[in-house]
Amino acid sequence: MAGIIGAFVSLIGALFFLLAAIGLLRMPDALNRMQAGTKATTLGSILFLFGIGIMQPDYLGRVFILVVFIVLTNPVSSNALARAAHANRKRIGAVLSPDALADDEARIAAGDRGTAGTKEATHGA
Amino acid sequence: MADTVFFVAVGIAVLALLLSGIRFALGPWAVDRTVALDAMTILATSLIVAFALLSGRRIYIDVAMVYGLVGFAGVVAVARYLEGGL
Amino acid sequence: MIMIKARALGFLGLWTVWLLLTAPWNTQEAVAGALVALLISLLPFSAASPLGDLKLSPKALAWLVAYVFVFIKALVQSNLDVAFRVLHPKLPIDPGIVKVKTRLKTPLGRLLLANSITLTPGTITVEMRGDDLYIHWIKVADPDPEAATAAIVGNFEKYLEVICG
Repeated sequence: MAGIIGAFVSLIGALFFLLAAIGLLRMPDALNRMQAGTKATTLGSILFLFGIGIMQPDYLGRVFILVVFIVLTNPVSSNALARAAHANRKRIGAVLSPDALADDEARIAAGDRGTAGTKEATHGA
Repeated sequence: MADTVFFVAVGIAVLALLLSGIRFALGPWAVDRTVALDAMTILATSLIVAFALLSGRRIYIDVAMVYGLVGFAGVVAVARYLEGGL
Repeated sequence: MIMIKARALGFLGLWTVWLLLTAPWNTQEAVAGALVALLISLLPFSAASPLGDLKLSPKALAWLVAYVFVFIKALVQSNLDVAFRVLHPKLPIDPGIVKVKTRLKTPLGRLLLANSITLTPGTITVEMRGDDLYIHWIKVADPDPEAATAAIVGNFEKYLEVICG
């Protein structure tokens, strides 16, 4: 019984993986691809791995560590990638209708250091 | 029954890995490839755990953990490099 | 005081991971793991210091549990949202980057907030400068900072303020 429940949970997770892959193929630029790639693989791996954990309760402890690790690190790597994509936004052809970050960068480059914080504060946080 | 469903799940995950591989091959820019690589890392980690279950050797879960760690560090390193240079 | 709390939480976290890794437990392994975890948590570096921002009052812990459920709900919602957008034949996206403000001051709170935003419907944290977060929004509903803050940050901030200021 546990086996069949676990297998179906894994199947739902695998469907989210497929969704992430379709998103990666269909979305028009890197930032939008990240939207599909990050979210769907996170929930997909949670379900897929816990499905395996339900099928084989011996694995549950390690699978739990792996899930916590993925949930904590996946947003971090996607954040680093988003910054890389934004730094290269012209090259990758990203269409951003309001782009507050580029506007603020232009303002800082123009010499107004008023509201936006420093680069160092970013790395500390 | 459970085995069949799980095999289908693994098959779909492999299909997703191959589709992400298409995005990795197509690019067109390094950032797109890294995004695909990030997704493929997570997929490969999950599939290694599935392989641990199918082969009955729990040591592969440790392999999956180390692969996840190295993949995460690799993606972040590449992303930082792309942010500065390219 | 904050450092003591950070080291205690770091010790507990490390030891929990060790216990989960060595799943069929025996006393020797557990004690050895506890000793090594204690040594690591006493090292004079501050890698664990953000953990000191976690409040340990009963109320904060209850809200932490509630936050986990809010987060899971948001994660499922965001995946259904991604499913809708990816499978829709017309690909209904209208991306942009909006600026939102956060009231959270502690590094841990901001880390959790940024990570939660990345995993919730249609948003990815791109950059954080001072009190401003720059969010990539797949379908910009309102580019105005105030409205965007209420829509993206408000729900999580309410919980994170209680959990870790």
